[in-house]
Amino acid sequence: MILLTRRADFSAAHYYWNDAWSDAENQRVFGKCANRNGHGHNYTIEVTVAGEVDAQTGFVVDLKELKDVMHREVVDVYDHRHLNLEIPEFRNRVPTVENIAVSAWQRLDGRIRGARLHRIRIYETPDLFADFYGSADRDTGSAA
Amino acid sequence: MHVSLTRAYRFSASHRLDCASLSEDANRRVYGKCNNPHGHGHNYRVEVTVRGAIDDATGMVMNMADLDAMVQGSVVERFHLANLNVDPLFAREVPTTENLCRTIYTLLSHTLPARSLDRVRIEETENNFFEYAGESEHGEA
Repeated sequence: MILLTRRADFSAAHYYWNDAWSDAENQRVFGKCANRNGHGHNYTIEVTVAGEVDAQTGFVVDLKELKDVMHREVVDVYDHRHLNLEIPEFRNRVPTVENIAVSAWQRLDGRIRGARLHRIRIYETPDLFADFYGSADRDTGSAA
Repeated sequence: MHVSLTRAYRFSASHRLDCASLSEDANRRVYGKCNNPHGHGHNYRVEVTVRGAIDDATGMVMNMADLDAMVQGSVVERFHLANLNVDPLFAREVPTTENLCRTIYTLLSHTLPARSLDRVRIEETENNFFEYAGESEHGEA
């Protein structure tokens, strides 16, 4: 089995807010991220797939096809959008980097021909990123 | 449903690699330039990975401000602009970055909420990096 990772970038706005809480509670928990005018990031998404190398093509997946799926399902959907206001899954879910990783997984899972989705990594900045290995991953310890 | 969250921190410190139980010649042979008696330093970059379920209300595995405060308080303030060799944690251990990585993992495992720490990764330079995820993953819990 080989792991193969493809990277892409998107830029988006967001803010952190929980409607069930008071303004003061939102400010206390989310700090500057609770500013309702929003702020933004240049996000990087890494999609890692697992599969066998095709004996004829030498590919795990067709990279062009993987790129097209990533763009159609995630990058073009999120790029230059306000995640809270324009992306359905974030109407009732705070668009943290953790939740973006889970949402990207849900958008891509089952849509990559010839390989299994292994990991989604989302960088919010070069020094902050989240990894998601799928909803079956509940145990502690090695996530692979 | 678990997610891992990784945050990077930086500190600059000096060290000298010298093993008390080896002769001067052996230390010079084993550690080379790193055995220079006057020491040398690095700009370390430490990645701290925490792991857990996403809290429904906050959307977070852990609040970044809380994580920052804990890592700054227990690791960065301790080692930034310090000589690792004089830290009591390295009184009986050579401050290689392997040992530093394990030491930071231990410090954080006592500071962060139970079972939240997944991994510590340190870059000593952009070409040398070290990872420690505790012993349990090797079945030695």
